[in-house]
Amino acid sequence: MKPRTDLPRTEGLLRAEDLTYEIPSGRRLVDAVSLSVSAGETVGLVGPNGSGKTTLLRCVYGALRPTGGRVLLDGDDLADAGAKARARRIATVPQDGQAGFELTVRQIVAMGRSPHKRFWEADTAADEELVRGALERVGAADLVGRSFARLSGGERQRVLTARALVQEPAVLVLDEPTNHLDIRYQLEILGLVRGLGTANLLALHDLTLAAYYCDRLYVLDAGRVVASGPPKDVLTGELLAEVYGVAAEVAVHPATGAPTVTYLPGRIGAPLPGQIGEPGPQGAIRP
Amino acid sequence: MATLTLALAAACALALALGSVRIPLADVWDILTGRAQDPSPYRTIVLDVRLPRVLLGAAVGAGLAVVGTALQALVRNPLADPFLLGVSSGASAAAVSVIVLGVGAGMATTVTLPAASFAGAFLALVVVYALARDPGGGFTTSRLILAGVAVSYVLAALTSLILVVSARADHLKEVLYWTLGGLGSARWDMLAVPLTVLALGTGLLIALARPLDLLLVGEEGATVLGLDTARFRAGVFVLASLVTGVLVAHSGAIGFVGLMVPHAARMLVGAAHRALLPVAALMGAVFLVVADLAARTVAAPQDIPVGVLTALTGGPFFLWLLRRGRAREEAAA
Repeated sequence: MKPRTDLPRTEGLLRAEDLTYEIPSGRRLVDAVSLSVSAGETVGLVGPNGSGKTTLLRCVYGALRPTGGRVLLDGDDLADAGAKARARRIATVPQDGQAGFELTVRQIVAMGRSPHKRFWEADTAADEELVRGALERVGAADLVGRSFARLSGGERQRVLTARALVQEPAVLVLDEPTNHLDIRYQLEILGLVRGLGTANLLALHDLTLAAYYCDRLYVLDAGRVVASGPPKDVLTGELLAEVYGVAAEVAVHPATGAPTVTYLPGRIGAPLPGQIGEPGPQGAIRP
Repeated sequence: MATLTLALAAACALALALGSVRIPLADVWDILTGRAQDPSPYRTIVLDVRLPRVLLGAAVGAGLAVVGTALQALVRNPLADPFLLGVSSGASAAAVSVIVLGVGAGMATTVTLPAASFAGAFLALVVVYALARDPGGGFTTSRLILAGVAVSYVLAALTSLILVVSARADHLKEVLYWTLGGLGSARWDMLAVPLTVLALGTGLLIALARPLDLLLVGEEGATVLGLDTARFRAGVFVLASLVTGVLVAHSGAIGFVGLMVPHAARMLVGAAHRALLPVAALMGAVFLVVADLAARTVAAPQDIPVGVLTALTGGPFFLWLLRRGRAREEAAA
């Protein structure tokens, strides 16, 4: 996918400088990471489980206070901003999205207006309109009166994405936004996020989706950035072998023009039965 | 809301009319509107005995329900209640200390008693909160209730200790009253403080409906939506302790109102606080006025402490909630 050029770009709207998060035992979950995301740009964070993606994102959206380094938004250190000022500019879909009490989908999404309100202010008709529009954009308009606690994982994910949209943020930080989603909604949500014009920082598991929807990728391993750049430069067989410990072939797909990753199970470590290129047990009965 | 307001009016009318002396409703109306011919035999009973008691009952019921609602949001657990969390015990212990030990003697008890209760309530709440909080910031039901019960026991023991050491018979009845909870001491001259605190506390909490809602989606959810959770929580703690403390100073520890009423109100209007808090306040007022009427009439002329009645209904209700919560967890697993 080509970078969008029709959107105003602010270079490095969101920047992390030597961002570090150290737990009391002294282990660094995030180790001196520097990255930047411009307005209108979608940047992917990839890496194996435990590589520090979630911790890094939580430092960026303010759920964790970094133990070292800074997060800058438009040049301002976020550590100096209050929770409310930060929430007006950065939106996210938090991981612990459960409500112990029954709230409707409308109420959950309308909470996204809170950072823009005095605490006693009620929602206006314009807020209602934003809520309705956001639910429509994530394909969840029909859920509006339902109880949030009774939704499926995928429905919740879409509703919480709608809440992030009504926050009208400049920066969108999403941790596995396609989690729990059917493939159709995965593509829709990523396409939607990309078209917002916000500075997007996304942690993604699926490397092919990451390659297709992101302008640039940062590869994290053991808390450090080990590679960064456009997907076609970053996603190479060597890198995947080194970081993930798997054999994979990366080719530019003729239809999408983006790198696609094909995993070759068994090429590293013990060979598996039915390995590509060898006749497996079922191979014999095929014509 | 309209229905509840009518229900409150009806409950108050009944509470004014019924009792050891039955007064026809028409006479109650005439007395209240000042149309009764002057030396009406019922005037004193209605205006000086029953009316302050009904008003105090309504205030205490509304206050406990509102505080219960706020505490449940604060710990994100529908089993929170000022009585179960030890807040009421803290207030009682402090109130008893003032009565028995004569702390602040010479000052008007209309001030020292509520002030001491507030301090006691606040301390108890802070201790329970610190004990019950998981490292992750959540509150599991078991930890919350264990911490509340433990703190309540310690405070009850402390109250008994103070009592035994002082060993004065006239204190005994007064203190028993605090442990059981009752509205029998209501008089006009002591209503101003609880009514003012109730109005202010309820008004403020309704104004805080939006951040209270945010707490329902969890610590991280509230933070990313712009709420400074630590500061907000501290503020609501102070407010909840203030309302509980002042009310308990006048009524003793009345249990389970703050548990049952918010739950019922939530079933009526949902969990969003802008609608929930006023409804809970009205329902709490109706509930306690009716409960107190029952307490006065069931074994008349004996005046049963209303706290005994609320515990008799609230205890089983609590067990039912606990069971239902477990069934839900099993269904979810």
